[in-house]
Amino acid sequence: MKEYITEISRYVIAALMAGYTLCSFVCLLDKLEKKRILYVLQNILMFAIQLLMFADLWVVSRDLEYLFFYVFVQVFLLAAAVIVPAIYEQSNRLLLNNMCMMLGVGLCIVSRLSFNRAIRQYIIVLASLAVSLLIPWILYRFRFWRKLVWFYGGVGIVLLGIVLILGEVTHGSKLSFTMHFAFGSFTFQPSEFAKIVFIFFLAAALWEKVDFWRVALTAVIAGTYVIILVLSKDLGSALIFFVGYVFVVFAATRNYLYLLAGAVGGSGAAWVAYQLFAHVRTRVLAWQMPWDYIDSKGYAITQSLFAIGSGSWFGMGLLQGNPVAIPLVEQDFVFSSVCEELGVIFGICLVLLMLVCFFNMMKIAGQIKDRFYQMVVYGIGIMYIFQIFLTVGGGIKFIPLTGVTLPFISYGGSSAMVTMIMFFLIQGIYIRLQQEKEKYHVGRKEKGAGEADGKGAVKIKESADGEGTFRVKKSTDGR
Amino acid sequence: MEKEPSESKKAQTEDESKGQKASAKIRDTQKGRESEEAGKGQETDRRSPEKRNNVNTDKINADKVNTNKKNTDKRNANADKRNADKRNTDKKNKGKKYRAANQREIFLTGGFFAALFMVMIGYLGYFTATSEQEMINNSYNSRQEILLSRNYRGAILDRNGEVLAETLVDEEQNETRVYPYAELFSHIVGYSTKGRMGVEALANYYLINTNTSLSNKAANDVAGVKNPGDSVYTTLDVQLQQVADSQLDIYKGAIVVTEVSTGKLLAMVSHPNFDPNQIAEIWDSLIEDEDSTILLNRASQGLYPPGSTFKMITALEYIRQNPDAYQNYSFQCAGYYKSGSNRINCYHGTNHGTVDFERSFAKSCNSSFANIGMGLDRGKFADTLKGLLFNEPLPLTLTYSKSSTAVSEDMSAADMMQTSIGQGRTQITPIHLNMITSAIANGGILMKPYVIDHVENDAGNIVKAFQPVSYGRLLSESESAVLKELMTAVVEKGTAANLSGREYSAAGKTGSAEYNDNGDSHAWFTGFAPVDNPEICVTIIVEGAGSGGDYAVPVARRIFDAYFKQKK
Repeated sequence: MKEYITEISRYVIAALMAGYTLCSFVCLLDKLEKKRILYVLQNILMFAIQLLMFADLWVVSRDLEYLFFYVFVQVFLLAAAVIVPAIYEQSNRLLLNNMCMMLGVGLCIVSRLSFNRAIRQYIIVLASLAVSLLIPWILYRFRFWRKLVWFYGGVGIVLLGIVLILGEVTHGSKLSFTMHFAFGSFTFQPSEFAKIVFIFFLAAALWEKVDFWRVALTAVIAGTYVIILVLSKDLGSALIFFVGYVFVVFAATRNYLYLLAGAVGGSGAAWVAYQLFAHVRTRVLAWQMPWDYIDSKGYAITQSLFAIGSGSWFGMGLLQGNPVAIPLVEQDFVFSSVCEELGVIFGICLVLLMLVCFFNMMKIAGQIKDRFYQMVVYGIGIMYIFQIFLTVGGGIKFIPLTGVTLPFISYGGSSAMVTMIMFFLIQGIYIRLQQEKEKYHVGRKEKGAGEADGKGAVKIKESADGEGTFRVKKSTDGR
Repeated sequence: MEKEPSESKKAQTEDESKGQKASAKIRDTQKGRESEEAGKGQETDRRSPEKRNNVNTDKINADKVNTNKKNTDKRNANADKRNADKRNTDKKNKGKKYRAANQREIFLTGGFFAALFMVMIGYLGYFTATSEQEMINNSYNSRQEILLSRNYRGAILDRNGEVLAETLVDEEQNETRVYPYAELFSHIVGYSTKGRMGVEALANYYLINTNTSLSNKAANDVAGVKNPGDSVYTTLDVQLQQVADSQLDIYKGAIVVTEVSTGKLLAMVSHPNFDPNQIAEIWDSLIEDEDSTILLNRASQGLYPPGSTFKMITALEYIRQNPDAYQNYSFQCAGYYKSGSNRINCYHGTNHGTVDFERSFAKSCNSSFANIGMGLDRGKFADTLKGLLFNEPLPLTLTYSKSSTAVSEDMSAADMMQTSIGQGRTQITPIHLNMITSAIANGGILMKPYVIDHVENDAGNIVKAFQPVSYGRLLSESESAVLKELMTAVVEKGTAANLSGREYSAAGKTGSAEYNDNGDSHAWFTGFAPVDNPEICVTIIVEGAGSGGDYAVPVARRIFDAYFKQKK
């Protein structure tokens, strides 16, 4: 029986995942009727995949704790999939479904790698959801978000500075510090939270004015963030912040020269970092010739490649491989463990799902006329997708390893919480956008017959522009 | 809620009226300018009363007014056009989606990351498709033990299904790897504990994986036993291996037998050998003795001076550099060749008299070949050697050593003389010499040597089959034809006469490679049979035995005999 279940589920899980991914891409399309059915289908597929994965875990281990964990995870997923649309009717279902899917896979994989950590992760994810549910409300309840430019800039630098000065050294990098409470210790990774602050800083600094001096001034602050991160040896985060900055400036100014300047400046900085820091050279060397240093520098990356190569297309099956041979597998190499046990097809689908989330974010950003909120969505999208690029690319030896987590999949409370907050920020902004759009369409309809010359459209369009919207909302909220 | 639209409405009307006002303003300004200009003109007139020319000035003024009017019209038209444009865009927007001004840049970003991810996913797919075996076979990969904990190691068989290695399981589930032929296949089949070697290493992935049916797996799971690993069928032939092994006898050395048309490895012997059944017991003593070369597969890892077998290559280069004149070659052999202070003797100082090209080759005349070598363009010779894979990686999956040569433009005359007769700084492995010989036999095309023929699951279904693969052309068809003739002459009237007069025709080249100053030599023979349609290629080295003609050729004869007898 065990053999039948594990063997068949290898293929069925991959097939269901492929179906789910296809569904996600279809949902990205606009003019599509009955999307609701697709969303429900996605949920069904998600629960089917969950069932098979945990069935695998139980059949192989015969360990009851997996059954309990299964129930808990399902309750959480069901709650997330039901509660969010109930509270926020106009939330983006595709983004929500994909988030649930990724969280489900993440919790399952982490439970396979380390059960105790999975429980911690579960609690944090639950808490994050509770916090995140408030975000769309908070976002519009308080109106001063765009005015706090220098506050964001300062808070971010302080957050990162604390780590640089007080941080604990984990694997050569200063990433976190631990707070001890009566009920237990809590490790906090400020660079994750600094991401949100940084995005708000950029959006607040650039939504209104984008002349050269404004860009240069933000460059100084952004540069400070990046330099602190480099000094903390947190190269992955430094890169994410840098790329986030370059792209946000590009989208805000619509000036391609900034993109070029970013590419040139980034390459120059990378070269300087390579010359200055031994740990950067080590990473590059481990990437170029891992097999020559299989015992030392190249150990992690070669173990990761073994995992992916051994898993091949359909994987070895959950609990049938040896992903724990990879150092830091729950954090930096979780993608390799997914590929090893669930297969490369599943892994590719997972990456494509993340890409769908990114496309979805870009699609939303492309519709928002309020530059501030637009830049928030856009910035989140860039940092999210680039982080995935770094961790997946690093794990498969496509690029040098930088050591960042895979959002929603990796073990890591700060990462999970921040990513969820980011997703709900986008949900909040998306909900606003839906309301504005409705107003826009209703407004046009109201004009109706008298609008033969199109003047009415002009009017509504302008009212929907920029600060105008903001004021509209403010007056409504004020009451 | 209501406030805003009315506000915007107001703003709108204001804007519209502003627009109208603005254009009216433009018109006003124009008018003003017109009058100004006209006034100026009159002023000018007044200022220069002497040069007053009313008619002209009036005309000029009239022109000016015209131009200004034209400009005004143009501007009005432009303003109208702008308004029309605005209306058009509005109309467009009416039918279009709700969108932001920088949507293009945002979508471009989306496209950029989409492209980046496609490349990355492509890389991952390529890696998965090509590297699975390499990854599983790496000794640092702990998944091997996982597979071995689930599957019994599969069997290795020869091309007729004779078992060369298998895993036996006793009642207590203890596994023993058994090699029924003991020492016979020690290097080529190898061993699988204490590291891995030979086919045990090459086919490790297949041996530790299973393709047994799902129902068998389920049944085995219930019974608490492992699954049978897949069986690997090699191209090896027990009979030929036995003949080769017994012919090499107590000598150190190596024998390689391949199938010319496919590159299949039929036999590979390396002496001294060991019993892989005893590997655990003898391992420590083998490792402790640093001088021990027992674990070395001499056939693929042993580097030897090629001796006179290298004359095939010198001859090839001479033909290449003198395509029309090589048949007119003639040399007076006095048993030695001298160039400056350097002297080369023929084997045992034999005086060969007047020799032409073919006779030089057949009799393996060192003096004549030193003479030929001295006339060669060394740069071109180096290119040819590169083409024959000297100093280059070989297309082999077995562990091998790289053959080397020092031929280059600036090589000294002494070195060149030595090189052209296969002494000096040239080194070659028996498998490499076999590949070159086999390419000559095969019309110039090298077939990649291979030893794994196919893989079967426990039910006898083929899981994977390997096909012969051509490496490419090492020499032209006409060059290989000439070399074949020369090598036939070696058998018919030269140093390998022992092979003449058999039921089959054979061709080859002997060698007596000196390896010390006492004149001791390794006995070489490399050749193939039959000449017209070559089937097998044999390369033999017997260490320290003496001349190739005396010690290697008879071994080749026994192997050819066995092969053609078996075929009947």
